[in-house]
Amino acid sequence: MKNPITGLNKIFDNRIRLGVMSVLVVNEEVSFNDLKQMLEVTDGNLATHLVSLEENGYIKVHKGFIGRKTNTTYSVTKIGEKAFSDHITALENMIKGFK
Amino acid sequence: MSSENQPLDSLQDVRDIRKMMERSSRFTSLSGLSCVAAGICAMAGAWLARYFMGGYYGDDLSRWIYSDDSFSLLRTQLLLTAAGTFGAALLGAFFFTWRKAKGHGETLGNHASRKVFWSMAVPLITGGVFTLGMLHHNEWHFVAPACLVFYGLGLVNAGKYTVADIRYLGYCEIALGLVNVWFTQRSLYFWTLGFGVLHIVYGVIMWWKYERAKA
Repeated sequence: MKNPITGLNKIFDNRIRLGVMSVLVVNEEVSFNDLKQMLEVTDGNLATHLVSLEENGYIKVHKGFIGRKTNTTYSVTKIGEKAFSDHITALENMIKGFK
Repeated sequence: MSSENQPLDSLQDVRDIRKMMERSSRFTSLSGLSCVAAGICAMAGAWLARYFMGGYYGDDLSRWIYSDDSFSLLRTQLLLTAAGTFGAALLGAFFFTWRKAKGHGETLGNHASRKVFWSMAVPLITGGVFTLGMLHHNEWHFVAPACLVFYGLGLVNAGKYTVADIRYLGYCEIALGLVNVWFTQRSLYFWTLGFGVLHIVYGVIMWWKYERAKA
């Protein structure tokens, strides 16, 4: 899962997945529509990336309802938080190393 | 990712992360001009209230009767003035913030702005109902202090989700409101200072600090 040379997390190579994690680590719970609005992506695209993050155990999905409309919200897991902060540390090290 | 591009890519990644964190957790389009507009509305409202009160009390401030018809007229006038001032201030604040948000490509109905709204709404609605309750019991002494204190608490609370400087305005409002408790005869002046002068001063500072260069 990890890039052996740099310690960067392959899952976060993708801008959308990186964006989702950035949003979720500073917000307790964010709905699908809010994520879509913030990241400026299409439904299908976002859904695919959310599934892959969920499969890796980085995020939790809560399905709820507002009236009759479904309201799916997402939050970050402990594992996800750890993976994200490791990824940032790796990014920092890399920037430092090349300066 | 090719290896020679990696430092640049990492830097871009870090910038994106930062931007997303900021954008998703804070509503940054709150305009200083919104505050100035609200302050001006408050001053106008206070002037109108003073005018109505002058009409009722005349020069004799010792005429404190709270049950006759002219008092009930004054009460209606003051309540309408308060509602009108609140509406106008909200509209003005909304307009400038909407304008700034549009310029940033941020929408007013996003995740962060809803958080600002709710963090303000809880103390403000509590304060509003509390104040109406006091008026119901003809207890007018603490109306202005309560307005200032609850509003200040709302601002401090909202500071978590918008421009953090707004907390300082909140602290000033709370302090002013608390001092006001001991000087209730001068409530209208405290009220004007808090909702009028402080808003204008804060709004100008914010505009100077964050918006001047871009305007």
